[in-house]
Amino acid sequence: MPDARVSVSPGLFGFHGGLHVEDRKAPACDRPIADMPLVDEYILPLHMHIGAPAIPVVQAGDRVGRGQLLARPDDFVSAAIHAPTSGTIRAIEPRPLPHPGGLSAQSIVLEADGEDRAAEPFEPWPDYREKTPVEIRSRLREAGIVGLGGAVFPTAAKIATANPGGVETLVLNGVECESTISCDDRLMQEDPMAIVRGGQVLLHTVGAERCLIGIEDNKPLAVQAMQAAIDRLAAEEDERRFEIKVVPTIYPAGGEKQLIRSLTGIEIPRGRHVTDYRMLCLNVGTTAHCWRAVVEGRALTERIVTVTGGGVSHAQNFRVRIGTPMAKVIEAAGGYTQGVDRLLMGGPMMGFALHEDEVPVVKATNCLLAMRPADRDPTPPPQPCIRCSRCAEACPADLLPQQLYWYSRAEQLERAQDYHLFDCIECGVCSAVCPSHIPLVQYFRHAKTEIWYAERERAKAEHAKRRFEFHNERIERQKAEREAALAKKRAAIKAAQEKKEREEGGETAAEDKPAKKASGAAAGMSIEAARERARARKAQAQQTRESSDATGSSERGGADKGEDE
Amino acid sequence: MKFPVQTSPHVEADASVAGVMTTVLWALVPGTMAAVWLLGWGVLFNVALAVGAAWLAEALMLWLRARPFRPALMDRSVLITGWILALCLPNLAPWWLPVVGSLFAVVVAKQLYGGLGFNLFNPAMVGYVVLLVSFPEAMTRWGAAMEGGAADLSFGQAAAWTFAGVLPGGAGFDALSGATPLDQLRMVVTEGGNVTAMGSSIWSPGASWSLWLNLAFLAGGAWMLWRGAIRWHIPVAMLVGVSAMSALLWLIDPTQFASPAFHLMAGGVIFGALFVATDPVTASTTPRGRLVFGFGIGVLAVLIRSFGNYPDGVAFAVLLMNLAVPLIDYYTQPAVFGRKSGPLSGRRGES
Repeated sequence: MPDARVSVSPGLFGFHGGLHVEDRKAPACDRPIADMPLVDEYILPLHMHIGAPAIPVVQAGDRVGRGQLLARPDDFVSAAIHAPTSGTIRAIEPRPLPHPGGLSAQSIVLEADGEDRAAEPFEPWPDYREKTPVEIRSRLREAGIVGLGGAVFPTAAKIATANPGGVETLVLNGVECESTISCDDRLMQEDPMAIVRGGQVLLHTVGAERCLIGIEDNKPLAVQAMQAAIDRLAAEEDERRFEIKVVPTIYPAGGEKQLIRSLTGIEIPRGRHVTDYRMLCLNVGTTAHCWRAVVEGRALTERIVTVTGGGVSHAQNFRVRIGTPMAKVIEAAGGYTQGVDRLLMGGPMMGFALHEDEVPVVKATNCLLAMRPADRDPTPPPQPCIRCSRCAEACPADLLPQQLYWYSRAEQLERAQDYHLFDCIECGVCSAVCPSHIPLVQYFRHAKTEIWYAERERAKAEHAKRRFEFHNERIERQKAEREAALAKKRAAIKAAQEKKEREEGGETAAEDKPAKKASGAAAGMSIEAARERARARKAQAQQTRESSDATGSSERGGADKGEDE
Repeated sequence: MKFPVQTSPHVEADASVAGVMTTVLWALVPGTMAAVWLLGWGVLFNVALAVGAAWLAEALMLWLRARPFRPALMDRSVLITGWILALCLPNLAPWWLPVVGSLFAVVVAKQLYGGLGFNLFNPAMVGYVVLLVSFPEAMTRWGAAMEGGAADLSFGQAAAWTFAGVLPGGAGFDALSGATPLDQLRMVVTEGGNVTAMGSSIWSPGASWSLWLNLAFLAGGAWMLWRGAIRWHIPVAMLVGVSAMSALLWLIDPTQFASPAFHLMAGGVIFGALFVATDPVTASTTPRGRLVFGFGIGVLAVLIRSFGNYPDGVAFAVLLMNLAVPLIDYYTQPAVFGRKSGPLSGRRGES
């Protein structure tokens, strides 16, 4: 029922702009989630979340069970990685990542033994209400829970940004505004209880008073199923904190800030946390996994992936173990159709094209979209911007993309920042409405990268300059100290001589003279030696200074020479 | 399997520059038909000559600049430039007038700036102003409207006049000429007369042609608005600017200054508001900026009409405001998401 709509909830605030994208969720959204069969080899990149890469705790040759910890979080913002099935660690080596740049990175390679023997390391907590928020948070951290909407930010870190008891509203994001993805839709239809139960766990953890569940109006079955689950809990446990908010179907209604604006009218500026506004927003899939991690004691080792597009034979949602090579998932969906020429991870608006399909499904993989040329709009060559402002009218961040484009193109990056380049969320709406077919988002990404690069270079130059100045200062100080010490020594010798002269004053001149001469010669020699030492030290210092100069300038590289002065 | 890589988004607009321009071209049709009916075949010759010259000039410049022909010639923007210029010209203009105007508009005002999207000034208005300054005599060859004027000339007679300067029966130009309402106003003012009567003269049967013409242009404008080729801000703001400024002057001294109704109906105000000031390339791009831009054109147009040396001021006003666009755009940026000073945004959620 792709055209059926539920009525939108009253009292929403909406947001500026947005785009009506043709709905292409069928047929995957009409088919039940299938279990992806086990494969022979799983590849687990150590860095498949926001934050620091995880640190492996296993070695090649180790035998592991399903759910066993393979890599521990390295930092506050980092996530644990667990074995998706039982087997032997084959290697820890660089493997290609699903990444727009086609990068490779250190990954744990697991050879499955096919037994799928469980080694659940966590104790189930059916009585989670007796656990403290800190205990639950560390459970989420240990279980490797990250945002499954695609951002893969570690959930424990996200919750921790809230002040204790500082969250009033929990927002569950079931909007799923990308036009091809249906993994959250299917989850809400098939397992609404896990989501609502997960919501209860989170409400308990952050001490929030209510939970709003945002769902787009093109998912009537999901709304129905979720409402049934809420009603059931209301009847059984007198649970009254949940409320479904049906939002209009317009991209990017599922962006965290757009959703919060829609539901509450509050706009969260760039650089501020949602928790600063006493809210917490999590994807429904993440929420269900919170339930499993806390109450059932299961680590995050699988996720639902929508496999769709005209490029696959049988579009469907699959429950896929993390680390499964994408080619195998495509195989499970009946393989490619004739003429497929593009494979995206994510939806058509924000998903990125993959270089190859031998990369693994990671925690961020919500959708595999295989396209043929016929599945896409024709892409005419870009034409000059006629400043029609359709981009500005559609921009959900209220920016002026036509101006950003002008200044990005001219490399007037400061001007671009005046026009709030960094508030761009790269949702792609401007590019998708441009009658001149200019790849605007690409220009903005490029401009941002240029600015980051320039800032890094500036920071480096500043650092080198500070080091150089500090070095000069130290040389000066050492010189002064040496001179002071020398002067003190000279004064001491002179004083000693005078004292000696005074003491020997009564003795005969014949005896006196050679002795005085000898002591004078000794003193002269020691001064000479001190001078020699000082000279040697100076020469050495000079040498160090020169070499440090050289390192400094080489580090500065092509940076602005004006910084040197 | 390996794939070629493309960046997101993987969705394209079905709109195109040529599509937007085509909407504008269609929107010019009713006004042009009305002008031919009311002012004679000369208008059609003007359009044909200006559009043809503009298109050839664009092709020539693309060749000189070693740019691909196809995208620029297929985007149809140059046709609009020629067409709009033609509709500003006198209905009994000699053939070379639209040609020279189009050449200047396209070669200097558009292509030398870098072509579509890079021109600072509205090319049609640059062409028009150059003609106005360089050929003042030819630019006053307005034939009287409707019956008894230029509209009475047959197609062949009008062609003979346009291309050979010959009128039927060897009559002189004066036999057909008729001052435009703005020319009449200027004459009355320079002779120190009272303009109070002018306000109503625009509604008189002899001058009602401008009403019909403006209605036809409004129909085209409505079509562009409905199709999303233009937004309401600039036309509305410009008409408000004309009304406000003329009302102010008129209230100060109705014997010296014409009424707002006269200013709105006479000359190129309606046409300029809908077709000239709305040129996206040279206009402001922000909603507030468009209001400022349109209002500024309206105010300046009335001031130039009232105190300047030329009867109409819309073209000069448009060019002056074109100059101000970068500044207007910079200072009228809409508040960015999360930085709006409303009761809701940026609020810390205190319970």
